[in-house]
Amino acid sequence: MNDTVISAKNLSLTFETNDGPVHALKDINLDINKGDFVSFIGPSGCGKTTFLRCMADLEQPTAGEITVNGVSPTEARKSRAYGYVFQHAGLYPWRTIGGNIRLPLEIMGISKAEQDKSVQEVLELVHLEGFENKFPWQLSGGMQQRASIARALAFQADILLMDEPFGALDEIVRDHLNEQLLELWARTNKTIGFVTHSIPEAVYLSTKIVVMSPRPGRIHDVIESTLPTERPLDIRDSPEFIEIAHRVRDGLRAGHGDD
Amino acid sequence: MRNIGPILTVVAAIFVLWYAGAVALNASWAYDKAKRANVEITFSEMVADTMQQKKPKLPAPHQVGKEIWKTTGEMVAKGRAFSKRSLIYHSWITLSATLLGFAMGTALGVSLSVGIVYNRTMDMSVMPWVIASQTIPILAIAPMIIVVLNAIGISGLLPKAVISMYLSFFPVVVGMVKGLRSPDHMMVDQMKTWSATKGQEFWKLRLPSSMPFLFPSLKVAMAASLVGAIVGELPTGAVAGLGARLLAGSYYGQTIQIWSALITAAALAAALVAIIGVIQKVVLKRMGMA
Repeated sequence: MNDTVISAKNLSLTFETNDGPVHALKDINLDINKGDFVSFIGPSGCGKTTFLRCMADLEQPTAGEITVNGVSPTEARKSRAYGYVFQHAGLYPWRTIGGNIRLPLEIMGISKAEQDKSVQEVLELVHLEGFENKFPWQLSGGMQQRASIARALAFQADILLMDEPFGALDEIVRDHLNEQLLELWARTNKTIGFVTHSIPEAVYLSTKIVVMSPRPGRIHDVIESTLPTERPLDIRDSPEFIEIAHRVRDGLRAGHGDD
Repeated sequence: MRNIGPILTVVAAIFVLWYAGAVALNASWAYDKAKRANVEITFSEMVADTMQQKKPKLPAPHQVGKEIWKTTGEMVAKGRAFSKRSLIYHSWITLSATLLGFAMGTALGVSLSVGIVYNRTMDMSVMPWVIASQTIPILAIAPMIIVVLNAIGISGLLPKAVISMYLSFFPVVVGMVKGLRSPDHMMVDQMKTWSATKGQEFWKLRLPSSMPFLFPSLKVAMAASLVGAIVGELPTGAVAGLGARLLAGSYYGQTIQIWSALITAAALAAALVAIIGVIQKVVLKRMGMA
């Protein structure tokens, strides 16, 4: 297909450890299309984070092929194809929220005027207007993670890779951020790769749910969501939602095998 | 100001112990003197004598205080603050070597730590030498540094500063290696996702992250620098500086002079460390890391 953004073919990654090789990923085949919201879900050790890190050029696959925007992950990284959000906000305590968002822009050598413009834009996207001159410790955990998302958005990458970004937050904050993330996704039309181990989160957010299983890390099932694009929080009580969630749960259980 | 009570209590206790020690240590001299003069002295006469001997084994605090005042405040009043008899002059000699040595030691320590963090070969090879350098007693190596530098025509301030540097770079290396490595994997990966250069990673992430580690190292380094400067003054044959006062005092049995130089050195060290403490507070507060 023409609008394939990320494409993995027979992708494998084996870590050599003292206890012998660990197959973090084995024969992964997946295409992610432009504008998709793809969640990777699975138990720990299934390679979901490793897969995301391969897309970001933070891990090097040992076999197979992966392309991002049609080029290698290294080239994609250098051409600022993606923004990456980590599990912890990772804001620099000595920089204000504005300064933190500016950080990647400074590194990329973007002009001061452009920086100011971008900062205002992304602060508005994550609803943090007016917090530009606050320091991270003055913000709640959820707000810090929103600032971290704003930072990943600041340099206009079309792909957003998120590694359990809301994993450390409580349920209520998490619901709220999920809702905002969907709104942001609808407004920006970005392609999002999202690692999680929460079934409701995956089903609520995604257009495509990739269920993975561990030892070796493999794709067990790929579920195309039938939910409408417009998703209020209470869609989670609809029979359709419950059915998809059920299928994800079944996939996770089957993939888990005998342990 | 809540801790002023405990501090005063400790100071008072030190004074009580000091006076008691002065009486105990100087008593035999007082009795000997009385014996030679063939007079009997009472206990209170003996105590009074121990407080005002010319060359006591342990000078009483007020004697040291008087000597310090005589060689600082009084000299200033007479407009001779920088005469050779003034402790201000000698303190300045030592302080200048201390500060130069501290600056050189900090620069050396920071550069070595950067090398260790960024260069694998240095990482594997430098640290053992750094540690070995500190196992050599400074008193053994100080005369050699002075002699070697003198042989190539360098004398005066610099040799002393080199000895200061020798002592002060060590805590800086140890602290800064730890500090520059303090950003976790995630922070470093994050830099990589932005395709940051090594230089950007250093200036924007590693160096700021190392600040909480730098300042405690600097405090230790400053105290070590002062020790180095004083030790550096000993083998030069007591010309000027607090070390020279210590040496001259011990040649002529001038215990009061020795103690006043010691107390001045201690006060100087405390003041220098306190200055770094203030800078630390301000900087870390501004960086949101305090």
